[in-house]
Amino acid sequence: MSAIRFDGVSHRFGDELVVDDVTLELTERRIGIVGANGSGKSTLARMVNGLVSPTAGRVTVDGLDVARHGREVRRRVGFVFTNADTQIVMPTVREDVAFTLRRHRLDAATAAARVDAVLDRFGLTELADRPAHRLSGGQKQLLALAAVLVGEPAIVVADEPTTLLDARNARRIAEHFATLDEQLIVVSHHLELLESFDRVIVMEEGRIVADAAPEVALDAYRALIG
Amino acid sequence: MIGVFHPGSSVVHRTPALVKLGLLAVAVTATALVGSLPALGIVAAVAIGLFALARIPVRIAWRQVSPILWVLAFAVPVQWIFAGWEAAATMGARLVLAVALAAVYTLTTTVSATLDAMQVLLRPFARWVDPDRVGLALALAIRCVPLLADLVREVLDARKARGAEGSLTALAVPVIVRTLRTADHLGEALMARGVDD
Repeated sequence: MSAIRFDGVSHRFGDELVVDDVTLELTERRIGIVGANGSGKSTLARMVNGLVSPTAGRVTVDGLDVARHGREVRRRVGFVFTNADTQIVMPTVREDVAFTLRRHRLDAATAAARVDAVLDRFGLTELADRPAHRLSGGQKQLLALAAVLVGEPAIVVADEPTTLLDARNARRIAEHFATLDEQLIVVSHHLELLESFDRVIVMEEGRIVADAAPEVALDAYRALIG
Repeated sequence: MIGVFHPGSSVVHRTPALVKLGLLAVAVTATALVGSLPALGIVAAVAIGLFALARIPVRIAWRQVSPILWVLAFAVPVQWIFAGWEAAATMGARLVLAVALAAVYTLTTTVSATLDAMQVLLRPFARWVDPDRVGLALALAIRCVPLLADLVREVLDARKARGAEGSLTALAVPVIVRTLRTADHLGEALMARGVDD
């Protein structure tokens, strides 16, 4: 597993301290982050691949400083957003998955084979030539996940990936998460999604208030929100 | 080009986009220069042959070509009055054929193939223009059409639900705010996918 380290990390947005002096080492395979809106959990997750830079402290992935080696880090860390609609760039499903591989400079046959394999894995083969914007919400989120995984990242970070989905589609995404070999960091309000994880971090007002196995951390979170 | 591509493995589909773009330019120019109706009949036969070769169902081909008929319904009678029936028929046929030939291209070519072709075309100008960046900008422009259409539809529904159908403010403010927020999210997603690294 990759090692993600936060050393005294803070992030200030204007006058607001969104993340407050966090020190962490994340080496487990599946890690969940929970917290109320505005607790800083999404900001913390975004720092892992440099979408947000710390205003103090340092974030490293396998020893690489995210602020200085953003390009290398982003090759290792894939990011799935809450709203898949804003993650889809290309008009068709196949083209959007293939878009990720443009920066990999692969030959056409290798790229096509990787795209076909990931489409098959997510049950998107029959939708490959369909316009991506006409997919259902669940299919769009599967496409977003497929578009990340085709790049073969070592770490997948997902920021509330099931928030906009109905229960059935949320379950489908959870099932796919369960099959991932990659290190997975999921920010979520769906506590049942995190029950089988190796570690859960609870955030409150930019600080970590609980960091333990899910059965302990999720109870702490439930107590926190009353 | 949004959602128009009709998948297939015909020779028309397999022809490189750059070649198809070149042939399309030549064919449309020739159609514009050809003055006689029999010659336009030959171009029509070629266009129909290409649809058949690409195995495009008539329904799908018709959907692409039919919108121009609304324009012709107005333009042809006007042309007939001022220039005679032959000029009107020639103009109508030219427009229909140009749209039909363009439809053969869009139905058989993916957006990424078109973008790749444009990047090749722009390569000689790479010193002044970044072909990858232009290609990405075009892809995003195409992608944003349905995204913004959905956004406007949602805002119109919300405006209706609040009983403010006539209010321009209730349309413009949320559309602008949400468009800017969507642009932010899209930029963030591009960064996460390694664009510009």
